Amino acid sequence: MSNSWEIVIGLETHAQLRTNSKIFSGASIAFGASPNVQACAVDLALPGVLPVLNKAAVECAIRFGLAVGAEIAPRSVFARKNYFYPDLPKGYQISQFELPVVKGGTLTILVAPSKPGAQAYEKTVHLTRAHLEEDAGKSLHEDFHGKTGIDLNRAGTPLLEIVTEPDMCSAAEAVAYAKALHALVRWVGICDGNMQEGSFRCDANVSVRRPGEPLGTRREIKNLNSFRFLQQAIEYEVKWQIETLEDGGRIHQATVLFDPATGQTRSMRSKEDAQDYRYFPDPDLLPLEIAPTWIASVKAAMPELPAEMRTRFEREYGLSAYDAVALTASREIAQYFEDCLTAAGKEKDLPPTPLPGEGGDGSSLRSMVITAPPRGGPSATLAKTCANWIMGDLAARLNKDSKEIGEAPVSPVQLASLVLRIADNTISNKLGKDVFDALWNGEGASADAIIEAKGLKQITDSGAIEKLIDEVLAANPKSVEEFRAGKEKAFNALVGQAMKATKGKANPQQVNELLRKKLGG
Amino acid sequence: MINASLKELSGALVSKAISSVELTTLFLDRCEKLNPLLNAFITLDRAATLAEARAADARLATGGVNDCGPLLGIPLAYKDIFCMQGWLTTCGSKMLANFVSPYDAHVVEQFKKAGMVTLGRCNMDEFAMGSSTENSFFGPSRNPWNTRCVPGGSSGGSAVAIAARMAPAAVGTDTGGSIRQPAALCGLTGIKPTYGVVSRYGMIAYASSLDQGGPLAKSAQDCALLLNAMAGYDARDSTSLQRPAEDYSRNLEQPLTGIRIGLPKEFFAQGMSDDVRAAVDAALAEYRKLGAQTVEISLPNSGLSVPAYYVIAPAEASSNLSRFDGVRYGYRAPDYGDLSDMYCKTRAQGFGAEVKRRILIGTYVLSHGYYDAYYLQAQKIRRLIADDFRAAFQQCDVIASPTTPSVAFEIGAKSDDPVQMYLSDIYTTSANLAGLPGISLPCGFGAGNMPVGLQLLGNYFDEARMLNLAHQYQQATDWHLRMPEEL
Repeated sequence: MSNSWEIVIGLETHAQLRTNSKIFSGASIAFGASPNVQACAVDLALPGVLPVLNKAAVECAIRFGLAVGAEIAPRSVFARKNYFYPDLPKGYQISQFELPVVKGGTLTILVAPSKPGAQAYEKTVHLTRAHLEEDAGKSLHEDFHGKTGIDLNRAGTPLLEIVTEPDMCSAAEAVAYAKALHALVRWVGICDGNMQEGSFRCDANVSVRRPGEPLGTRREIKNLNSFRFLQQAIEYEVKWQIETLEDGGRIHQATVLFDPATGQTRSMRSKEDAQDYRYFPDPDLLPLEIAPTWIASVKAAMPELPAEMRTRFEREYGLSAYDAVALTASREIAQYFEDCLTAAGKEKDLPPTPLPGEGGDGSSLRSMVITAPPRGGPSATLAKTCANWIMGDLAARLNKDSKEIGEAPVSPVQLASLVLRIADNTISNKLGKDVFDALWNGEGASADAIIEAKGLKQITDSGAIEKLIDEVLAANPKSVEEFRAGKEKAFNALVGQAMKATKGKANPQQVNELLRKKLGG
Repeated sequence: MINASLKELSGALVSKAISSVELTTLFLDRCEKLNPLLNAFITLDRAATLAEARAADARLATGGVNDCGPLLGIPLAYKDIFCMQGWLTTCGSKMLANFVSPYDAHVVEQFKKAGMVTLGRCNMDEFAMGSSTENSFFGPSRNPWNTRCVPGGSSGGSAVAIAARMAPAAVGTDTGGSIRQPAALCGLTGIKPTYGVVSRYGMIAYASSLDQGGPLAKSAQDCALLLNAMAGYDARDSTSLQRPAEDYSRNLEQPLTGIRIGLPKEFFAQGMSDDVRAAVDAALAEYRKLGAQTVEISLPNSGLSVPAYYVIAPAEASSNLSRFDGVRYGYRAPDYGDLSDMYCKTRAQGFGAEVKRRILIGTYVLSHGYYDAYYLQAQKIRRLIADDFRAAFQQCDVIASPTTPSVAFEIGAKSDDPVQMYLSDIYTTSANLAGLPGISLPCGFGAGNMPVGLQLLGNYFDEARMLNLAHQYQQATDWHLRMPEEL
């Protein structure tokens, strides 16, 4: 792919709002009910029915607006978007067009490095608007013997459509934005973020251009309901557009669908057959007026936002930006981290020992540090260790067992007990992983209990370790010889042998020091 | 009994002079006798109606009139636009010819609470689009004063039912004059309340920002009683107004001394036929005798009301009627290929010509590239018209005019000339555009001995004063008591 192309991406995201009932009727929006049992007269668009706005949906929009620092419009207007489709019972969708409820706002994202050695970086994505609208029902094309079934349970489900400026320049940025937005809407409690159930889905507007030239013609990829598909779809689309242009072709404005099976996008309709939606203000609904007092009361009930918390984590705990972002990926993770740290902090007299660097996938994370490293001192190192355990072993285990952090069998207090025993050299980091597994499997109430029961306490008696080292040296004359000949690798082999002899219970650093002393001596 | 006022009927029911079943049977018998000729009703269901009458009698027997008010046990005819559980609700259309509503409109709930007995479902122009009731899928209704003539529309069936004494009272809807115009052409009293006074929930929408339900009856006094029952806040209609309940009868007996009646010079300049002018002039003279004064006022933009109306109403209608797609209820074409074919055939076969015309107009004026020139422009005119009224009501208390430019015309006379038909709404549409209340009351007879209607427009929420003016006139005249010769 040629490097002299600029990629321009804007996203439109539909977040299903976590209200109890629909945006314009009292029917439930719970997922998974039998077809059409959650469709009342209003949802069925029976003759004579009228919409009534659900205040809870408006409150969600206000929360979102506050979370992204946007303007909450004092007056916004619902409009009808007219088109015929069997799962759109009224023949129009009630949405907002000229005057949306949320205007502007920004979301700061952290973009992971695209390849090894590259740097992670921060970027601010500008939002154009966010508006309230109703979802359509579902057309079911299977199981009806060539006919189409209509399920109107979803019809009227409240959505917030969040539209960005064309600010993103790569699939990685688009994914980082989508993830940050996904985290944010869950954080402020307005969306459950369940992508499989369609609660959070993205449309990506993609175009390419030569640097300095005006924006290229965009194509819109519809309904991407996973971050992976978002990434794949954009990557394919960008490649396709560049190849088309480099082959002398032209891009035509179109709506495309991504087929996960082939990894390709294909055109659904072109601009020529774009419909005229004949938007006009819905005469059944009054303009939505939001008083400053309403905004103030919503604001008062807002949680600490991830951006604020992230800054606080960096400041108070000396965490890197990347760690702070990872730990503020959800309120539950942040809560777990803070609970863990609080529990750990209750034990005093922590030695300011630097911790082994092999915990979790801390080593790979460390390469992404983009701000100053931890300032050191007990709380900073402890915070870093807790962070590493949470983002490393805990996350991996949760992922493996398909559990949410709230369901983790290892409580924050238990993890704190483990972190402390590693910090005070009671066990090595390596044995720590065994203790973690034991905690996960419910083999003991705390790290201490497991260490005690399994006899995992680290050997720190230097006399005993020296004796072991002597035995290892005697048993491995070849390695000793090689080391003396300058092979550093041989030294590692000897450390390994010594650790093995102690069943991992020796302090590796101590082993290292003593071995080097003996060999060098 | 068939000429009695609602108050008299209530007295007879409460004093047990007559039972609701007896009274209802009296009207049902007339309905069944006259409907083949007049086509006032789309649906009559004697068994269901009498069941309601028996229930009303049971309530009357236990003093229910104290809970229900004075309308308990009195039969009422509904325009076939109000959804009513268990009854066909056709809206005058083939599209809904098989539609039985699973729920009650707010207006229906209100009248059921008041204990009124459903007499039947009245004919109307399809989806309330028309001024003659000729646009009904179920055939035109006939004016009892001359069965060759139209009764007006779109609430024509409701007006015919009362004029022919098949019903003591009826409810209709008024989007551009659909209560006032048939009331005028049939010699009745009908009021369109301020927009938002009567809930639109369950009233099949034609043009949402203009539609308003209201009563038709023989007199202002009857209308006041009916409006008392049907008005009221309803949370299911976002445009329903939350106001303290009022008794619309409270001012009926007030003298008219000092009342200023505004006469818009634009309305009186031209356009009305001589017989109508004569009847209206005589009515104004009567008002002066009653102590009112008349003042000339101006509504400079009133000439734009029909064009603005025929942009805004079709625009909203084109969207409101999209739900009739053959998917979930109502008519579906019997043979079709794909989805698009099903839509096209269903709507082509299910809607009549006038409905299709207005859907096309509405679709056009909302289309990309035309929206600003038509829809937005019409909305601006709408504001100007409302401003005109605001200024006018600085100088007067009510505004008088004819309700229609001429008396009832013959069936078929204007069917081929939609513009001519639209111009029969020339005095009525502005009240809908401004959201103001309007009443039509009989004020004499014109050509062919056909009734002439006087329209009074009031300021927002001034229904009680308008009813007062109408009632005082009806105390001094007897036009409202006249009935067509026995058919």
